[in-house]
Amino acid sequence: MTVTAVRKDPHRLTLTVEAEFDASVERIWQLWADPRKLERWWGPPTYPATFTKHDLAPGGRIEYHMTGAAGDQPHGYWDVLDVEPPRRILLRGGIANADGTPNKETPISTIRVSIEEVAQGRTRMSIENVFPSTEAMEQVLAMGTEEGQSQAVSQIDAILAEEIIQR
Amino acid sequence: MVVSMQIAPADFDPLFAALADHTRRDIVRRAISAEEGVLELANHYPMSFAAVQKHVAVLERAGLITKQRIGRRRVVRTNLEALLVARRLLDQYEELWRARIDRMNELIAESDGAIDTVETKGSKR
Repeated sequence: MTVTAVRKDPHRLTLTVEAEFDASVERIWQLWADPRKLERWWGPPTYPATFTKHDLAPGGRIEYHMTGAAGDQPHGYWDVLDVEPPRRILLRGGIANADGTPNKETPISTIRVSIEEVAQGRTRMSIENVFPSTEAMEQVLAMGTEEGQSQAVSQIDAILAEEIIQR
Repeated sequence: MVVSMQIAPADFDPLFAALADHTRRDIVRRAISAEEGVLELANHYPMSFAAVQKHVAVLERAGLITKQRIGRRRVVRTNLEALLVARRLLDQYEELWRARIDRMNELIAESDGAIDTVETKGSKR
């Protein structure tokens, strides 16, 4: 019902996830455009995200950190390369230092978000992630996912169970 | 809009660097069957033997291929394990996004409820 397609290309280190929601384009857009909404889904419950800067305009910057139970706070950032409300976002970013500035030692990845109406009140969101290296992927995955990983797995189990019921 | 990926730092992952080139990706695909040596592989490409040899060397350093002796021949074989590392990471990333989308759905359901509550209150007045 939710995730409708997943495409993985290990040669190009690209992951595309498509999902459909019973909601308008505008409401899906707000999940990205409203930082208070964004921080409620970006990080897992064990590593909630806080967005300290959210300038969703071409040339703008988004800064955030995640907070673990032990008080650890990994930081991240996105440069906003392109925005076309309420349908398109192109972000490029990675891991940041504690002061929010990009950590230049770490690789940079790209996220392209597309939002479109597929029927009245039904919206498709496509997210394309392009990674420069497997190392970059490992770093992103390590961010706030020590417990988040197992949690993510149980959430997936729930989704899969749902899909079986629907069939 | 054209997006250029930033040039990677010095410790750039050799696995991805090796896969970033079209010819090298093609060599990796051909070498899965482990039937050809460097000379035979070179015949597939409009470039010098030395150039293909260079590509093979890059792939070898990245651990994506190995040269294997079969009888008197040395064939180039793809190391599927290295490719599986990339695949496994993509799998984990998929899980991350599935969890995020799940949370998005919860948020949407929640705001649905909020709207209903407001409307109910309004209609009672």
